[in-house]
Amino acid sequence: MLSQRRNFIFLFFGIVGLLFIGKLFYLQVIDDTYEKAADNNAIRKIIQIPFRGEVYDRYGKLIVYNTPVYDLYMIPRKAVVKDTNHFCRVFGVTKEYFIKTTQRARAYSRVKPSLFLKHLSKEDFASVQDAMVDFPGFFFETNAFRTYQSRSFSNALGYVAEISPNALVDQRDDYYRQGDYVGISGIESFYEETLRGQRGVKYRMVNSNGVEKGDYKNGSLNINPVSGNNLYTSIDLAIQEYADSLMQHKVGSLVAIEPSTGEILAMVSAPSYDASQLTGNNFSKYYQELALDPMKPLLNRPPSAYYRPGSTFKLVQALVGQQLGFIGPGTVFSHAGAPVKCHGHGPVDLRGAIRVSCNPYFYHAFRKMIYDNTTGDTYERSAKGLQRWSDLVANFGFGRKLGVDLGNEKKGILPNVEYYNSVYKGEKMWKFSNIYSISIGEGEIVVSPLKMANLAAIIANRGWYIPPHVVKGVGLQKSIDPFYKTPVKVGVESKYFNVVIDGMEDAVTHGTVEADGRIPDIKMVGKTGTSQNQKGKDHSIFIAFAPRDNPKIAIAVFVENAGFGGSAAAPIASLVVEKYLKRKVDRKAVETKFMNMNYLPNVYSVVRKKAAPDSTKK
Amino acid sequence: MTDSNHIQGRIDWITVGFYVLFVGLGWLNIYSAVYSPDAPLAFSDAAFYNSNAGKQLVWIGTSFVLIVCILVIDFRFFESFALFIYLGLLLLLIAVPFLGVTINGSHSWFKFGSVTIQPAEFAKTATALLLAKYLNDPLVNLTKFPFQWKAALIIGIPMVLIIGSNETGSALVFASFMILLYREGLPGAYPALFIGGIVLFVSALLVKAWVIFLVLLLMAGLLVLFMPIYMQRDPKTYLRLSGGIAGIMTLALLVDWVVNNVLKEHQRNRIRVLIDPGFDPRGLGYQVTQSKIAIGSGGFWGKGFLGGTQTKFDFVPEQSTDMVFCTIGEEHGFVGVMLMILFFLGFLWRLMYLADLQRSRFARAYGFGLVGILFFHFLVNIGMTIGLMPIMGIPLPFFSYGGSSLWSFTILLFIFLKLDSHRSDMLSR
Repeated sequence: MLSQRRNFIFLFFGIVGLLFIGKLFYLQVIDDTYEKAADNNAIRKIIQIPFRGEVYDRYGKLIVYNTPVYDLYMIPRKAVVKDTNHFCRVFGVTKEYFIKTTQRARAYSRVKPSLFLKHLSKEDFASVQDAMVDFPGFFFETNAFRTYQSRSFSNALGYVAEISPNALVDQRDDYYRQGDYVGISGIESFYEETLRGQRGVKYRMVNSNGVEKGDYKNGSLNINPVSGNNLYTSIDLAIQEYADSLMQHKVGSLVAIEPSTGEILAMVSAPSYDASQLTGNNFSKYYQELALDPMKPLLNRPPSAYYRPGSTFKLVQALVGQQLGFIGPGTVFSHAGAPVKCHGHGPVDLRGAIRVSCNPYFYHAFRKMIYDNTTGDTYERSAKGLQRWSDLVANFGFGRKLGVDLGNEKKGILPNVEYYNSVYKGEKMWKFSNIYSISIGEGEIVVSPLKMANLAAIIANRGWYIPPHVVKGVGLQKSIDPFYKTPVKVGVESKYFNVVIDGMEDAVTHGTVEADGRIPDIKMVGKTGTSQNQKGKDHSIFIAFAPRDNPKIAIAVFVENAGFGGSAAAPIASLVVEKYLKRKVDRKAVETKFMNMNYLPNVYSVVRKKAAPDSTKK
Repeated sequence: MTDSNHIQGRIDWITVGFYVLFVGLGWLNIYSAVYSPDAPLAFSDAAFYNSNAGKQLVWIGTSFVLIVCILVIDFRFFESFALFIYLGLLLLLIAVPFLGVTINGSHSWFKFGSVTIQPAEFAKTATALLLAKYLNDPLVNLTKFPFQWKAALIIGIPMVLIIGSNETGSALVFASFMILLYREGLPGAYPALFIGGIVLFVSALLVKAWVIFLVLLLMAGLLVLFMPIYMQRDPKTYLRLSGGIAGIMTLALLVDWVVNNVLKEHQRNRIRVLIDPGFDPRGLGYQVTQSKIAIGSGGFWGKGFLGGTQTKFDFVPEQSTDMVFCTIGEEHGFVGVMLMILFFLGFLWRLMYLADLQRSRFARAYGFGLVGILFFHFLVNIGMTIGLMPIMGIPLPFFSYGGSSLWSFTILLFIFLKLDSHRSDMLSR
């Protein structure tokens, strides 16, 4: 009888077991309050975005820095606003905005924070701070946006904007989250990983009411944010601003390089835009306007706009021709037999050819280089000659990237054998008579203004260059990639440069450069160019360096639709050179003339009005 | 043929299987509870052996040594020396207030080097042994008061000593000997009264006194309705019923007085937390609230091994020791805890089945003592993590972290398995 008691005992055990299972079923499966509590309960991971690195000019002047702003977030579940009118008054929002934003936040998540109001200034933040106790469920997070000391240099700096959905998907290291800011172009983009710093993470213990209970594990897992590294650029802000002022009312580029270091002193892309408008709440409106502008102000022209180099390319021909042994200082060509024409002057030697920019001279010189004084199949000889020629010219950086530290550099085109084979659809389908235009920098050859400034630097250095760069130091150590310290030789012996530089000097003093482009007390040497433009007036080009001995600045100026190179580009270049070397400009009349000179094509103002019909109504 | 081969052949491998399963799962849960996803420890790290999971591995290893020792000792030892073991433990319990150290607010531990031992954990085994030995006397009849009284004395002395060292939880475990005594002939009225008392105690806390009074009147009315007519006509019946109701009501009213005046502050709070789940959720009710959140957040399938956030982020205090069930609940969900409960009940069933096979009353009584102790821990430990029992420092047998706990349960269980392996050698009385 007693042994039956085992069954009673087990019955009791079973009832307890069932009771437990029942309660557990209720806790785990039916009732979801605990699951919700756990979401809130756990550790809250707070991302701390560090300040982005600042940007300085070559003398330590601040160009770009950060202004702290405050973003207001709300957690719908906890946000209880008793007096909506009062709330709207405090934060300066309309009731409609309040209702709309609250609804959107609720739809996103009742327990996770949503952005309620963006970019409150320090002053606004201070005025609402005391009132925050009345609004549970609302809290501030600090943020920052880029602030620009100067309206200048915008294109090379680039800008910072919310990461695009595509970039978010494409990112390699899974660093960015939606809504994160990222450098879009220029050095902001090229130095993104340096500038952004290291994001901090804070793990905070949060109880079921969302009240922070302190650091999780005493903060041992926290990672403090590390501010981004500052960038010390080689830009001379005073020269940059001056160059900008000269390039207003024009479309084009100006690049100035210190030849001995490859440091870019100024880089103008005209027309430009006001970078400070591309921060904060104005971004989308202003961006739309810029993106639709037919003059493409968002394009950073110096490294990415394409032009034919025109007569400036004759300098390369003179150097390569000597190195290959086909011409020398005493080589003379007449105009006879050349399909390209010239202005009234007799047969010239190499120095004279550069001074007057003689087209037939370089036609003949190039012909010699291509055909190599040999006889036989002209097609075969053309291919052979061009190969030898383009191999040497490529050393100057044509047809490839120079490696400037800006995100959007373009390669340009250096036509070589492969190129013509593909254009003429096969080998031995072309010969010198098809390609002679490139002898004077026309035809298929395409360059960027940066490449031409680099050419000026190569000549100033008599045969080498350091890859041009905007940033000369990163962070506290002001370290720099050795790439931007290592000279690159172009494979032309320095003795061949003398005659070319002599010719360039003559071009400035009594050659193609007009009086406005001459600086009385500085020995500047240069070469003009006129880039043929089928769509309108030719583009005016000038490259130069100064002083002739011990060069401090090499410069390239491109002014679109300004015609002959000596008339617009050379005076502008001379003003910048004068300003840089003397820190002042004595030729006030020339300065005023070119600041006010308007080379904008007529079509520009017309299209602009169409693009912004609102402004015409007012 | 050696003695050990002899044992191997007869040891109950099903029970051993349950034991290995529970200890193994328990270790995985402890590992999960201390596991930090940011700094996982390898077995080769020295730091691993400073973590609970590493130390538990050492406890498990030493338990194995204990098992071998128990299986090697002659089976008659446990019966013959039951009294000495019991008296020895009583001595330790008396000595602990003078020689012991304080751990987690309870002054009940002995310290040998880095090893701490809580004698209260082992007192259960000693008491079970002596109680079984006492009942082995065929003259002992638990329906008779003198024998009941003596049995109560065997249970009561260590209990009082343990209460003295502030381990009320461990002391309450001795109530589980009611199961042993019930199986060995104690009239069913005792456990019925015991359970009735608990029901009354809880209802007195949960509902107003007049509700209890109404329920009692209703029950009395039903009783009268179904009793024989001659009793219905007897006025004494009504007198007795009124007396009964009055007595129970007095007890019910006493409960409030006891709670407010006899119980200590922390005990009172634990009871308040139990009857009012919303009471002070971030203070006194924190442990229960967090425990329920952890288990509740596990859902049906759980968050997966090492996937718990509540237990991992230390939201649940004591999650390796007394609250280890939370980790199971969070990481393995309803399916995991249901299986665990069913396994545990199966284990208890197996032990009771084995106990009833015993020829000697000593072995059988000890077996039911073991079952009672295990069940009590199961009841209170799981009950408290899901808010059905007040919080007490009661570990979950074989699962919880802790050397004293694992050792004492291992000894408790394997003494029984040793006795069981010799059941054919025992004399049936």
